[in-house]
Amino acid sequence: MTEVSVTLPDERLARTSRLTRALRRPALGAFLGAVVVFVLFALTDQQGLWLTQTGFESWAQQAAFYGIVAVPVGLLMIGGEFDLSTGGMTGFTAIIAALLVKAGWNAWAAIAVTFVAAGLVGLLNGYVRVKSNLPSFIVTLATYFVVRGLSIGGVLLVNSGQSTVSVTGGTHGGLASAKAVFGSSFGKNSGLVNGYSTEILWFIAVTVVAAWVLGRTRYGNWVLASGGDEIAARNVGVPVRRTKISLFVITSLSAALLGVISFTQSSNAVAEQGVGNEFYFIIAAVAGGCLLTGGYGSVVGAALGACIIGMALQGVIYAGWDSSWDFTFLGAVLFLAVGVNTIIYRQATKARR
Amino acid sequence: MTPILEVREISKFFGSVNALQGISLAVRAGQVTCVLGDNGAGKSTLIKILSGVFGPDRGEFLVDGSPVRFTSPRDARANGISTVYQDLAMVPLMSIWRNFFLGSEPTKGWGPFRRFDVAKAKESTSTELAAMGIDVRDPDQNVGTLSGGERQSVAIARAIHFGARLLILDEPTSALGVKQAGVVLRRIAQARERGLGVIFITHNPHHAYPVGDRFVVLKRGRSLGDFAKSEIARDELVRLMAGGAELDELSHELERPPPELADYPVDPAETV
Repeated sequence: MTEVSVTLPDERLARTSRLTRALRRPALGAFLGAVVVFVLFALTDQQGLWLTQTGFESWAQQAAFYGIVAVPVGLLMIGGEFDLSTGGMTGFTAIIAALLVKAGWNAWAAIAVTFVAAGLVGLLNGYVRVKSNLPSFIVTLATYFVVRGLSIGGVLLVNSGQSTVSVTGGTHGGLASAKAVFGSSFGKNSGLVNGYSTEILWFIAVTVVAAWVLGRTRYGNWVLASGGDEIAARNVGVPVRRTKISLFVITSLSAALLGVISFTQSSNAVAEQGVGNEFYFIIAAVAGGCLLTGGYGSVVGAALGACIIGMALQGVIYAGWDSSWDFTFLGAVLFLAVGVNTIIYRQATKARR
Repeated sequence: MTPILEVREISKFFGSVNALQGISLAVRAGQVTCVLGDNGAGKSTLIKILSGVFGPDRGEFLVDGSPVRFTSPRDARANGISTVYQDLAMVPLMSIWRNFFLGSEPTKGWGPFRRFDVAKAKESTSTELAAMGIDVRDPDQNVGTLSGGERQSVAIARAIHFGARLLILDEPTSALGVKQAGVVLRRIAQARERGLGVIFITHNPHHAYPVGDRFVVLKRGRSLGDFAKSEIARDELVRLMAGGAELDELSHELERPPPELADYPVDPAETV
């Protein structure tokens, strides 16, 4: 008879150390990065504003701007997909909302239509991706160009050759209340006369909801599985296709939210606004520990990644450096983040044989 | 005792290829039936028929003594027949408890607040693994950090938890080292002792013999026989598997002394 051996628990691994547990958290790198960046700009601050409410509001607002889309982009990446159309979509949706309001629509109806349109674009992205089996990179690159062309060409066509759609002046039904919800501020005080942008609240809300969905719902489990191993997920009955399509829809809706926020803040929309931002969203998500290959990452990480970007953009100004250094800084952040995240990822997947 | 699952004289054709011809086997509760065969013997086709991926072209398929026709693996699962595939259907980057309930997550709450009952999932995972005698230090651990044997064990425990009374194990030991294979064989013995039927598919007679009650040997789509353990010795099984004469010839060939090893050039690194 063959000896059937019994494996004894490996005493070296009998308990997982706190450090190992911490190293398994995908958001760890982003958290450390955020702390480092915060301290760095506190030290280089030439204007004495970094540690004031003004300084905080400035970077938090930028963090919110990128984070509102970066968080859903992170979810999408965890689900194993990718979306390049998000930047173009923020401009496209802002334009739709602005044109409808300008045409005399109630602002709320315009916003509703904007979200529906964005949802349809997301549906198209997801459906084409899943049905054609083309890489999402290609599918969303195509959408990006279509949408970008539509927002520029379309605006010039219907807006008497003007690329900026402005609804300032005159009364527009519902615009005031929509502005209050999407594009105003709160918490005005003597230290901060203009208050905090409501965008920050939206950012927090998006992050909290996304973190809950990913960590605590069936859907979240399906997102992780769809990105981690599509075939395994399908074999145990996870609706992988539906999950992926819905992630594309959610991502597009978040771009629309950002478009609507931008529009209500300024009461105008510019045809090419948002173009190029897709890279910031992706940088935030990657810096936050989301793996480009899917299956691994963190919503809180993506939000922290957005905070790093917000701090960098504002910190460079306070430090008195030329703002061109933003790009170099963000590139370096991306490199560092990928390095740190690779270590964390290895820690999380280290196999014993 | 009526077998949980029995197939009689089943055949399967793919175009002009005769993938399986006249295969019969039966599994009873608390019994391990081993299906042995080399590559290309028809094991994969047989598994797919047994697990409901496709039906046989000829022959009878009986569950609890009555004829059935499965149209999908879901039908098989509904009848308590659960297949643990070689790739295990587990996501390496996800924790054990997330994997354990993947696709069948317990929920609590209602409407938009319906959520994955994480506490229950973690607890059930630990309890179920402990019942199988599987020592998993931390259900939060990613499946990718488990050894091959542990992964198999978790997959088996999962199948049992979800109501399997017949486990079909597809080459569970083939990718494993000796020690890890031992872990899996132990799980098979445990499943049998819990009153489950097991179909253990393997090409390794040394793994099959210690846990098997019956042995069905396949070769090129045909059955070389269905033996009770008392009817066949291990050596005989090994010989049957490898095709008797072929194995003799092979061992004869391999036993020849290697060609003049001394003539080979010495590794230069060693001369330095």
